[in-house]
Amino acid sequence: MKVLMTEYLRINLDTENWECRVCDHVVGSASKGYKEGMLVYNRDPREIHPPIIDPDKYRFTFSPDPEWVRILEYYCPSCGTMVETEYAIPGHPPLLDMEPDLPALKAQWAQRDEVKETVVGPAVLPDQGHNH
Amino acid sequence: MKQTATQVPARKPSAEEMKLIKKFLSDNTLFLGPDPEIMQNHDLMPRTALEEESINKVSDAHTIAKIRDRLQSGCDEGYEMVEQMGAAPGAKWGDVITGVYSASGDLAIASAGGVLIFSALVHHPIKFIIKNWMKDPTVGVREGDGFIHNDSRYGNVHNTDQSMILPIFHDGKLVCWVASTVHEGENGAIEPGGMPSMAESPCDEGLKMSPFKVVENYEIKRDILTFLQNSVREPKLQYEDMKVKLFACLRIKQRIEETLNSDGPEALVSTLRLTMENVRAEVKRRISEWPDMTVRTYIIQDSTLRENCVVKVNCKLTKTGDRLIFDFRGSAPEFTNRPTNTIVAGLKGMLAQVFLCYVWPDLPRGQAAFAPIEVITDPHSIVNCSYAAPNSQSLMSIFTGFTAGQHAVAKFLYSCPEKYTKVHAPTFNMINTFIWGGVSQHGETLGNLCADLNGMGAGATVDRDGEHALAPIFATMADIGEQELNEEDVPFLQLVSKKMTRDAIAPGKYRGGQGYTMIVATKDSEQWGFMTTCQGAKIPPLQGLFGGYACGAYPLSKVKGVDVYDILLNEPAKFRHSIEEIMNDQPFEGASYTTYHMGMGFEISKRGELFMISQGAGAGYGDLLERDPAGVVRDIEEGLISPAVAERLYKVQFDPQTLAINQEATAAAREAERKARKARGVPFSEFIKQWNKPTPPAHLQYFGCWGDDVGKLYMGSADQSHHADQPRPNYMRHPKDVRIEELEARLAALGALEDEKK
Repeated sequence: MKVLMTEYLRINLDTENWECRVCDHVVGSASKGYKEGMLVYNRDPREIHPPIIDPDKYRFTFSPDPEWVRILEYYCPSCGTMVETEYAIPGHPPLLDMEPDLPALKAQWAQRDEVKETVVGPAVLPDQGHNH
Repeated sequence: MKQTATQVPARKPSAEEMKLIKKFLSDNTLFLGPDPEIMQNHDLMPRTALEEESINKVSDAHTIAKIRDRLQSGCDEGYEMVEQMGAAPGAKWGDVITGVYSASGDLAIASAGGVLIFSALVHHPIKFIIKNWMKDPTVGVREGDGFIHNDSRYGNVHNTDQSMILPIFHDGKLVCWVASTVHEGENGAIEPGGMPSMAESPCDEGLKMSPFKVVENYEIKRDILTFLQNSVREPKLQYEDMKVKLFACLRIKQRIEETLNSDGPEALVSTLRLTMENVRAEVKRRISEWPDMTVRTYIIQDSTLRENCVVKVNCKLTKTGDRLIFDFRGSAPEFTNRPTNTIVAGLKGMLAQVFLCYVWPDLPRGQAAFAPIEVITDPHSIVNCSYAAPNSQSLMSIFTGFTAGQHAVAKFLYSCPEKYTKVHAPTFNMINTFIWGGVSQHGETLGNLCADLNGMGAGATVDRDGEHALAPIFATMADIGEQELNEEDVPFLQLVSKKMTRDAIAPGKYRGGQGYTMIVATKDSEQWGFMTTCQGAKIPPLQGLFGGYACGAYPLSKVKGVDVYDILLNEPAKFRHSIEEIMNDQPFEGASYTTYHMGMGFEISKRGELFMISQGAGAGYGDLLERDPAGVVRDIEEGLISPAVAERLYKVQFDPQTLAINQEATAAAREAERKARKARGVPFSEFIKQWNKPTPPAHLQYFGCWGDDVGKLYMGSADQSHHADQPRPNYMRHPKDVRIEELEARLAALGALEDEKK
């Protein structure tokens, strides 16, 4: 059975591996962080959040300061999907952001049917009003 | 004479002696400060004998539901009254709430609209009243009494919010409490508007109302009222809103009495108790459906509002079985002389909003939904500050704490088959608005803020873009108000208002909802000024979700040496309608154009000078290369993003004139970008060898833990730290002293200070 953990990642409970949901690539052991199986790119935040006012004239420009924060981009090494981003202080060790308890996950899903498509959740519908 | 000390074994006092000691200490307490027993506990009080007895008599689910709905309607009615009649701008735009509390003080039911965190914290002052005033012969709690409160250290977000609290009796017996809370604004602090960022100690924060009696026989006591009015800049506001809150409470009391008369006191008491117990049990059940997991995140505050620095809010969220534990250890130590600290109850109240506004909005709004969730913090930290630390800008820490919680929770929710809302990227979390004050065009002394703080951009969700300028994270049903109405009372205009700030984006498969530009200029007063109290001019205060990006940064821009009203009258073509154009084109000759971080202390403005800011965007969701090209073009058409930026980021190929999408070229460009990612990305194990550093960077003033070592908290530099359980004072220097020192060093280097006597 496979459990959809994020938009782009699932855990294969039989093999206990993280897998890419886009290309089925086996990312790595789910007893470790999925980031360990990713490619990482240290992105200058100005490339994503462009200066709106002239950086040659002004100290603050609507762009994050690249000496204060970087964007770590995590890519699937097989299909190149950007699985996660992390706004990080320069040099701060990447976070082990998702650390599932595999035996508990297996026990939980032993009671459930496999879910193969994203469960979106309830839509907000217009109030039907009170009527009899 | 030689004396020898003889060791005498300690004798354990008898039960009678202990009682006497306890009574002595109780009778001789010199100051009834905030009670840690009350302030550290957010769980429900134990079931009382009266509640037990009432539940034994009335527990029919239909009766309970009927009475709960009546009480809910009563709260909503009270809420409407405050919103319609309140004088505070915050009241008019929904920054209020009402609630019914159990006899023990727990919030059972809150109004459907308004700021839940307000009422979620009022149980603390009610419990203070119960513990200290109920049996005190000099105070007492009687029918017709009303208590006022604002001091955050006794249970409040910040001192700008004021509560009116009424006990409700039936046949002489206390059956419950009602309360109404409003973001009042002005409170007599060192800066107008009630949220001073210049406060360096609690004594700079204005009114410090511990819970005290201000109403007897349902009448406001005029002597105390006059004292309060005399302590603030807006005496009429103080009076009017105390009356409004009192009458809202009396309306809810009327509805409760109708229930008491029709169903009896047991039904009321049982309804309040069972509502809370059932919600608490349901929350445990829902948590048990989440995956057992630990999620880690952190949010960075990039200033204290006085100076830029790096302040970490560290969050580890662990779910085991039906337990959910927020661990904020490793967050920055509290600042001894900066007001961005929060009491831990404020953090908890805001985390409660994550659940009741964004995860389980179907649950009855009250204290119970967060009651079983655990929170761990370091003592004297920025998210659990001490009594002596200023906290008038606690929003900075409770909002970034909220975002850490919202970001972490989303990673649990994705795999749950049963959902109550959609998985949601973080919503923007800073109060990007103008706080204002001075003497108005009508000669009134005022101090308050624009409701634009309520226009935070929403985070994107699993299947749609975030909504623009939707609602504040603290009140999902609040409004951003009508600026034109505001302008009748205040001597400034928003010359540009509610216009989306182009390219201030949070890209993703689904992009974040965007924020809008605000450009203000004083017009009809020589005694008027502004302040802004936000972080995020250097580091975004959000994280993106599942490959989505956070928002960018948001600065303050000023144009001085110009009277823009003269320009509009004589040379209107010179005016521009965006920060981008005004700052880049510099259309007003002779004017100065400058930028700052968003912690502007109160500053007097001259007629026609421009102060310009933007509300922020919620975070994006998913890989931006998966965004529907039509959505990208729609964003261009709506002025959210410029064509060049859209093309560069989203790799969408379109005709620059018609914006017609070339689907094939777009697919090819995106495929090329995926290949480029694989070429430039570095395997994780290689990457961390280059990237990871053992300590915070030398060029940043850094506060909080580094990496996973939550036991060591840095205090401004790599060589200054303390152990997390051994807090030390954490003083910041006056920014002007720092600047003077820098300039003097430059002068000294040039030899200009050689003759100066030391």
